[in-house]
Amino acid sequence: MDLGSLLTTTLNDTLSVSLPLFRTELALAATVVLLLLCRMLPVLRLLDSALVALGGVLFATWFAWVDLRGLPGSPWALADIAATPLRQELFGGLLVFDSLTAYIRLVLTGFLVLYILFTKVSGIPDREDGADFYAMVLGATLGMCLMASANHLLMVFMAVEMASVPSYALAGLLKGRKASSEAALKYAVYGAGAAGIMLYGISLLAGVLGTCHLPTMAIELARVVGEQGIGSGKVMVLSLGGLMVAVGLAFKLSAVPFHFWCPDVFEGAAAEVGAFLSVASKAAAVALLLRLVFGLGDPAAATAAGGAAAVAGLAETRHFMVYVIALMAAVTCTLGNLAAYGQTNMKRLLAYSTIAHAGYLMMGAAAATAMLGTSPAGARNAVTALAFYLGTYLFMNLGAFAIVALLRNRLRSEEISAYAGLVRTSPGVVVATAVVLVSLVGLPPLAGFVSKFLVFSSIVEAIRAGAEQPLMLVLLVLGGLNTVLSLFYYLRVLKVMTFDPPPADRPTEAFPLVSLPGAFVTAVAVPVVVLGIFWAGLYAAAQMAGRFVS
Amino acid sequence: MTAADAISQPALWPLTAILFIPAVVAAFLSLPIIPKAREEAIRWITLATTAVVFVLSLWMAWPQLFGAVGPAQFTIGEAGMQGIVKQPWIPAFNIEYLLGVDGISMPLVLLTTFLSMLAAAASWPITKHVKAYHVLFLLLETGMLGVFVSLDFFLFYVFWEVMLLPMYFLIGIWGGPRREYAAIKFFLYTLFGSVLMLLAILMLYFTSDLRMLSPEQLQTAHVIAPGLDAAAAADAVTAIKTAADPIHTFNLLALAQLGQLPNSPFAAVNLWGMSLEAWAFLLLLIGFVIKVPVVPVHTWLPDAHVEAPTPISMILAGVLLKLGGYGILRICYPICPGAGLSLAWLVCGLGVVSMVYGAFAALAQKDFKRMVAYSSVSHMGYVMLGLGVWSAVAGNEFRWDAWAQGVNGAMFQMLAHGISSAGMFFMVGVLYDRVHHRNLEEFGGIFNRMPVYSGLAVAVFFAGLGLPGLCGFIGEVLVTLSSWNYSRVLAVISAFTVILTAAYILWAIQRVYLGAEYKGPHGDHLTPMTGRELAIATPLVFLAILFGVAPQTLFSYVTPSVNKQVETLADWTRRVRPDAPGAQEPLVPAAAAVAPPAAATAQR
Repeated sequence: MDLGSLLTTTLNDTLSVSLPLFRTELALAATVVLLLLCRMLPVLRLLDSALVALGGVLFATWFAWVDLRGLPGSPWALADIAATPLRQELFGGLLVFDSLTAYIRLVLTGFLVLYILFTKVSGIPDREDGADFYAMVLGATLGMCLMASANHLLMVFMAVEMASVPSYALAGLLKGRKASSEAALKYAVYGAGAAGIMLYGISLLAGVLGTCHLPTMAIELARVVGEQGIGSGKVMVLSLGGLMVAVGLAFKLSAVPFHFWCPDVFEGAAAEVGAFLSVASKAAAVALLLRLVFGLGDPAAATAAGGAAAVAGLAETRHFMVYVIALMAAVTCTLGNLAAYGQTNMKRLLAYSTIAHAGYLMMGAAAATAMLGTSPAGARNAVTALAFYLGTYLFMNLGAFAIVALLRNRLRSEEISAYAGLVRTSPGVVVATAVVLVSLVGLPPLAGFVSKFLVFSSIVEAIRAGAEQPLMLVLLVLGGLNTVLSLFYYLRVLKVMTFDPPPADRPTEAFPLVSLPGAFVTAVAVPVVVLGIFWAGLYAAAQMAGRFVS
Repeated sequence: MTAADAISQPALWPLTAILFIPAVVAAFLSLPIIPKAREEAIRWITLATTAVVFVLSLWMAWPQLFGAVGPAQFTIGEAGMQGIVKQPWIPAFNIEYLLGVDGISMPLVLLTTFLSMLAAAASWPITKHVKAYHVLFLLLETGMLGVFVSLDFFLFYVFWEVMLLPMYFLIGIWGGPRREYAAIKFFLYTLFGSVLMLLAILMLYFTSDLRMLSPEQLQTAHVIAPGLDAAAAADAVTAIKTAADPIHTFNLLALAQLGQLPNSPFAAVNLWGMSLEAWAFLLLLIGFVIKVPVVPVHTWLPDAHVEAPTPISMILAGVLLKLGGYGILRICYPICPGAGLSLAWLVCGLGVVSMVYGAFAALAQKDFKRMVAYSSVSHMGYVMLGLGVWSAVAGNEFRWDAWAQGVNGAMFQMLAHGISSAGMFFMVGVLYDRVHHRNLEEFGGIFNRMPVYSGLAVAVFFAGLGLPGLCGFIGEVLVTLSSWNYSRVLAVISAFTVILTAAYILWAIQRVYLGAEYKGPHGDHLTPMTGRELAIATPLVFLAILFGVAPQTLFSYVTPSVNKQVETLADWTRRVRPDAPGAQEPLVPAAAAVAPPAAATAQR
């Protein structure tokens, strides 16, 4: 193939295949550029950067929705939309577009819409910082979209960094506040360390397998593990590389023992930043975890590598991955819930709650991985459960952080004790808090219950399918116990709000639900109830996400 | 089925309305259009709502009272599920909005609506955050009713949990001095139990397979929508029978049918040395006995009952404890009969232990309300024993009628205890509202000061004691008699517990109502009963007497359904466990199931 035809092929591929399926990211990138221009051109300064960002994000959300709807088998397909293929590699295999990509993109961009409205209501960032803030938020989201669609280890690293670096800056948003700067520094140092280790792991994997392209890696992996057997030098190097990549992922997931940054950053940074990190970053990290695990453990790869040894080798690989994920899930969930007990600061409490929920999500990921080889339908259901979880988690955590931020604007405090007796003056916001926190515990009829129900049911499905049975049973029991454990500290917040007498110096003004902040809190809390009762629609969308499992 | 069909479905409305009227009114009350200050209006709205719900449930349960029997009303004496409401909810998991009542749940629904009405009337002394209180109270009523009428396990679980949060706040905000501790303890205990229940639900769901059921079984389990014409029903059956993959179900009736198959999928799966059936039975049992409660998981009850305000104590003792017994009867045994058979000793043993322990603990209490709370533990022990003996095949005796007698006795005991314990808590509350203490040592001489109140109170306490002619007697006697066939030791112990019960109740009556003069604090506040209080106490006393002299009023509902279930399970034992002692003997006719009260009295 000569250079000319190569160029033509690449150009064709880029223009006619890749770019149309990359519209969401393009819209985000264009908005970032526009926002930066806002800073430079005096004419554009008159524009409210939040509106610019909102406009761009609405475009991106629309594209993401159209892409999801255009997938084959979508219940919302319109006749005139040509169905896109179920799996399409973009840009020469660097990215992949499939149902998971489409779903996570929609979650991320949809979250951004709500998030920008939230920041507008809460008043952070102020007008001066707006352009920078939204540019960073959108930039980070762009990175997260890439995390969800990465198909190449190089892209994985790029995407993680692209999502992380703006987050470091966001953590330091409250200029002049010591805690904020400390949070940013801590986050950056931790992030840099984790990224370094991850990069090292990537180079080990790439060095042994000779490629960074995930599907090709899977074939090579099956061959190498099958030929060399467990315990050989090459496989040891591979496991080490895998574990190092897992460190990078664990950092993004805030999984124990790489969670230390999380409480400090959440406490030091503004609640608005916490909301972004706990929802968007978590969704992208879970998607990336699924990408890597499903990419490297793909049963089809063993067939491609050929031979029974390759099949056994790949099964060993999956077994290893399940153990790593399940172990981290169990520890993360339990430690997160236990550590939350002693917290007096609401944001810190929510940080540990985020850690605990990362644990539940990883339990689901472990179940999905366990069933990947033996029962693809079960694996699909497990991915569906995770996708559903992320969809509801968006509302629960955005709601929780929104309440923290909006109460901070009123009470000038984020300590739990400052909320004492709030029910006397502002019953509406207390009801919203109750809805959100009880949903985080996972009690019906709220959305959080359904999410937990789905994750637990995929673990039971794994047990019934005989996939990693003892391990899955441990996860199931731990998941149940953790639900009981978590009740106490979420309920403590409600207890303070309702049972305790209000402090004497509380400003008497209420937090009325008939106000902009009140309306926003209601708008986020209502879906938590509605999705807990009528969840068939979101479940159908989440089922779309699971379709990528072959 | 289209939406229009669904709305015109005649059976949809009574149960749905009974279930959701309280919740809808709660939502309406919570809107800001009703000012907080209009406390009297809020109280009346709540009382009216509960009254409407009660009348509606009475209309459904006792159509003769209102004239002709409509299509959606309850036919007394019919054993099967009636008033079926079936709508798809989450098709991906075969979760349905499936409601129905039979002779077991219908009286419990009536008890719930009746006690809710009385408790709403008893809520007048609540003066703190009146609006929030009544909103939570109404939500609680929906939750309780939902548990009794759900036939879908997922729906059942949702309602089971929906009760927790309102109850937590009702105890935690309007309770006594140690309310926060009591509230969180109640919540943690129950949540622990319900998480175990959730695990069992998931295990059963993923093991179930509708394809194993015969077309008739699919019909009776209401997997096939009632009212379909023959061709459509046949199509639906064919669709299930020819499915390529297992069709899982949350339908409680279908799960029961599956659990009673000779090749039950639940018994076939073995997990870590025990069948899945046994695991599920144990997990569900733990969840239910925490609610009952039995020793040793009863410790939340004295705290919660004592700290809760009077109307909530009435609901707790009258209805919430029955949820556990109902769950065991409706879910544990029909779905996991094999495990029920082999673990009968556990259920019976737990029952007897709580019976004796509760009675001794009640004897030792200084706090009037705490004494009543422990009496609940003791009385619910009879329920456990009665439910337990029915699966028992002891020694060489296989007395099918004895099983039925025990379960009928347990059901009667639940209903009677609902009346008597709610009455006792109310009577304690009346006194507490006046003198603001509950110390048994400081009472005495109440009879002289409040004669009407004391007369009614003594009647209620005698009902709790189990005096013949009052409601507490029938259940205890039937349970004790039936347990004789299972284990004479347990029967003797449970008969002797009656003496302990008499001891603590008589001693309490003596210390509170008798005596020359009231010497405790706030003596000048001992005013006669108000009309409102009288209006609450009188129906309770009336029912306590009615059920005592005419138990047939309740048995006409309960017995057909209970006997049918017991008969099915006896038959199951014969088919599946031919090795069980005596399983080859012929069935005993159902008529002998209920011992006439007169004969029972003589035996005593």
